[in-house]
Amino acid sequence: MDVNVSNTVSRPRLLRGVRLKYDETRGEWLLLAPERVIKADAIAVEILKRCDGVATFDAIVDDLAQQFSADRARVGADVRALLEDLAAKRMVDL
Amino acid sequence: MSAAPAKLSAPVALLAELTHRCPLGCPYCSNPLALDPRGDELATSDWTRVFSEAAKLGVLHAHLSGGEPAARQDLTEIVAHCAKVGLYTNLITSGIGLTQDRVKELADAGLDHAQLSIQDSEEVSADKIAGYQGAFARKQLVAQWIAEAGLPLTVNAVIHRANVTRAGKMVELAVKLGARRVEVAHAQYYGWGLLNRAALMPSRSEAEAAIAEVEALQKSLAGVIVIDHVIPDYHARYPKACMGGWGKRGLNITPKGKALPCHAAETIPGLEFWNVRDHSIEDIWTNSAAFNAFRGEDWMREPCRSCPRKTVDYGGCRCQALALTGDAREADPVCYLSPHHGKIAAITAQSEDAAAPIVYSYRRSKLREPAE
Repeated sequence: MDVNVSNTVSRPRLLRGVRLKYDETRGEWLLLAPERVIKADAIAVEILKRCDGVATFDAIVDDLAQQFSADRARVGADVRALLEDLAAKRMVDL
Repeated sequence: MSAAPAKLSAPVALLAELTHRCPLGCPYCSNPLALDPRGDELATSDWTRVFSEAAKLGVLHAHLSGGEPAARQDLTEIVAHCAKVGLYTNLITSGIGLTQDRVKELADAGLDHAQLSIQDSEEVSADKIAGYQGAFARKQLVAQWIAEAGLPLTVNAVIHRANVTRAGKMVELAVKLGARRVEVAHAQYYGWGLLNRAALMPSRSEAEAAIAEVEALQKSLAGVIVIDHVIPDYHARYPKACMGGWGKRGLNITPKGKALPCHAAETIPGLEFWNVRDHSIEDIWTNSAAFNAFRGEDWMREPCRSCPRKTVDYGGCRCQALALTGDAREADPVCYLSPHHGKIAAITAQSEDAAAPIVYSYRRSKLREPAE
């Protein structure tokens, strides 16, 4: 299992059994996995919504940098850190 | 009496013991010695209402457990309902009683995840621990069916005297079975586990070797399998934050509908447990005396009351405090600050006799006659 992002090869996706859900009771986005509940902040939600197994890592970063008029290098670092952390937790496939 | 904390957060998880029936007889089972008979079990409509109410209250995870939940003919219907109301649905199974068709049916109904128990990495020992010939071989098949249905798998491995030297091998077996996650939990002593404590507790050196082995695997298998490790509290310095705090994170519902703050709570005298047949989940969570009994800190005695760790471990486990000190309000005697800590040392000392034979009282689904 790969835990390191490859910019052009990785097409990240949430693994089956991992769900991004808006929780009405708590008024926040949550990532649900076996025995795990992880709060997803606004940035994480935007990243994870784009992890559809089709878009490459580079495409996701391009899209985010454009949509939020943000520095591409900084966006790339954020996306990489989140996805590699979730891959190590067996929640995302890279 | 102190009231519940002003701001009560919503429960995260509901563990449904759908039935106490189980083909296996594992001696470490945390089910109570007095098992609920089939005739007392909640109906399908009770469970679907419970899960609707739970989802509305904010429960995120539904754990379908037992006993063996597959012994319920309506399991698929219950899973489908949990999925419909948006719960993350987890099946905790021995695998025995499942067929490949049934696994597919559950996956199609919206099951999110399956947890399969294994008793050992060696067949003869595994079947002996389970008290069921052929369990080990059957579980290999079930793991395969779960994978073929596309469901993520967690393997549950309970560590005790008979398998403690193979903790690492059990993790390797979990990888081989295609699990994404493995729970390596040292046996805890509740229900049948408490009855069998002498046969289950490994020596300190055996426990420490197993812990070191599993911790090394956590590093070397990062990205391959997630290892959740529950270490034995009898050898610890501080107690566990049992259940993440009493009435803080979740509820257990017994087969006949009693709502418990934890699976062993019924051992505590004087607590009145409400039944889901009579009360809504929200009413139980908010207002039942049993759930409020050990919320907050007002119930604590010394050494907990003035201890800076009281917000970390909440004084440990109430049921263990009761079992070992006779009073559920005492500090969990696992804590080295407890005046009763010597009782732990006396119990663990008995586990140092490696030559003592392992004799189990197998957990059986049939109720024992009280006169026995």
